[in-house]
Amino acid sequence: MAFMKPEGLTVKLRKDPFDLLFQALTALAALAVLALVAGFFLALYREASLSLGHFGPWRFLTTANWDPVAEAFGALTSLYGTVVVTTLALLMAVPVALGIAIFVTEVAPGPLRGLIGGAIELLAAIPSIIYGMWGLFTLAPIMAEHVEPALQQSLGRVPGLGLLFQGTPMGIDVLTASVILSIMIIPFTASVARDAFNLTPAVVKESAYALGATKWEVLWQVVLPFSRAGVLGGVVLSLGRALGETMAVAFVLGNVHQVKASLLEAATTITVTLANEFTEADTDLYLSSLFALALVLFVLSFLVLAVAKVFLLRAERRQAR
Amino acid sequence: MSQREVDFQVRALSFYYSGGLQALKDIDLVVYKRAVTALIGPSGCGKTTLLRCFNRMHDLYPGNRYQGEIIFEGRNILSREEDLIRLRSRIGMVFQKPTPFPMSVFDNIAYGLRLRGIRRGSELSDRVERALRQAALWEEVKDKLHKSAYELSGGQQQRLVIARALAVEPEALLFDEPTSALDPISTAKIEELLVQLKETVTIIIVTHNLQQAARISDWTGFLMMGELIEFDTTDRIFTAPREKLTEQYVTGRFG
Repeated sequence: MAFMKPEGLTVKLRKDPFDLLFQALTALAALAVLALVAGFFLALYREASLSLGHFGPWRFLTTANWDPVAEAFGALTSLYGTVVVTTLALLMAVPVALGIAIFVTEVAPGPLRGLIGGAIELLAAIPSIIYGMWGLFTLAPIMAEHVEPALQQSLGRVPGLGLLFQGTPMGIDVLTASVILSIMIIPFTASVARDAFNLTPAVVKESAYALGATKWEVLWQVVLPFSRAGVLGGVVLSLGRALGETMAVAFVLGNVHQVKASLLEAATTITVTLANEFTEADTDLYLSSLFALALVLFVLSFLVLAVAKVFLLRAERRQAR
Repeated sequence: MSQREVDFQVRALSFYYSGGLQALKDIDLVVYKRAVTALIGPSGCGKTTLLRCFNRMHDLYPGNRYQGEIIFEGRNILSREEDLIRLRSRIGMVFQKPTPFPMSVFDNIAYGLRLRGIRRGSELSDRVERALRQAALWEEVKDKLHKSAYELSGGQQQRLVIARALAVEPEALLFDEPTSALDPISTAKIEELLVQLKETVTIIIVTHNLQQAARISDWTGFLMMGELIEFDTTDRIFTAPREKLTEQYVTGRFG
């Protein structure tokens, strides 16, 4: 439908001085955030430049050696741990989170929806250090005594796949860290997915029911495709969260600079390395290399968030139609 | 009105929303086969509530309660034993706003067919084309079958939704103010379509637009505050109603 453009109609808005002041203040607040982000980047870059210049950015990224004694620093060990732990955590968290979201939006009877939804959001309120402590004192022994030996006995014997389960099960390793991290991001992923599902208009769902579809068919063929972009955006946002998580992981990952295929080996992530080693950094090059690591994480998180934003924008556009 | 074969017989129907609000009071009504029956009345009178009883849409939300009977194909479709999936595949519904699914034009139409287990490509495409022709949309979309349904205009989307409902060859179609979100030209197309469709399906339409009811329907029921005030041929309702309230409503004295 086209609207008539009122020709020659000009509207004069009286400029209220308070309005102008208000506008300026809010603009300042918004710009302050942008300035901060730019400031972070510049500060990190300046501190990191010594290390990046010494090793070369590409070599820094691709070297799997972190030896403070020999003053040889490469980001690959931390980067590898970060990527593997977060990917594994997402793989475990997303199916569970989607299940929760589907249950609370489509399956659970009315009063239960709010109750379970609220309970899950409460999980998000538990400080991450408590997850870490629980991981170290409760989960790690269970993993070492029961889960990991069982995995070695079963999946560990599959050719190829077996590589992932070699070594002595200690409970302090990539697998345990991923489990902790996945539990941490489940509430967040579930609540974003729930919001995405709720965006599906009731009449669209009713139309499918009106054609004789079952609940399962409506969910699978209408609700999920309708909210795909929103759910994907939510998953990527969770990835962003997982990338930055430090405390929960630090307790159970072992903090060893190594790149090993086995999930039962200790490793480290960028955040864990940073948290552990700043106090020990006794040379300029060591310190600068830690800053370079931080810069890598900064850029990585920035990219992930940008991707999430694109997905969420697409979801909103679809909704607007 | 040569044929007067009964399709739905509504007997002493009352309806209560969860929370106890009685939205329909003791309604008796006959819906004839291959005719357009219009339900009119002021906002909140219960006409949409009544419409949604015919395909048990109220069952999607917990706590709603029916009383009385709607006899369709020899059984009371309000009974607990009624197979809702089957019922809804016999009685289609079209809503106020177009509700295409997030998939291509073709897949939208094929959706209901696939639900019924029709998988063969040739049969699917035959029936999709037939439904689109029936809904007078084929010529406009035959080159866009595999584009997203969201790329169609609002009026086209509404005809797509009608085609989707027609594809499964229902006995009856329920329309809930199907043109209230459309421009006059799209509205005219849909009205024309409805008049054609009544040759093959029974149509029940809820409308706010009295002229629309007068133009396209054969029978009209006037509801107010959950009661069916009058039910008769559309001619009588608009020219010589028996009830004072009906006359006041159709002459625009309230509503």
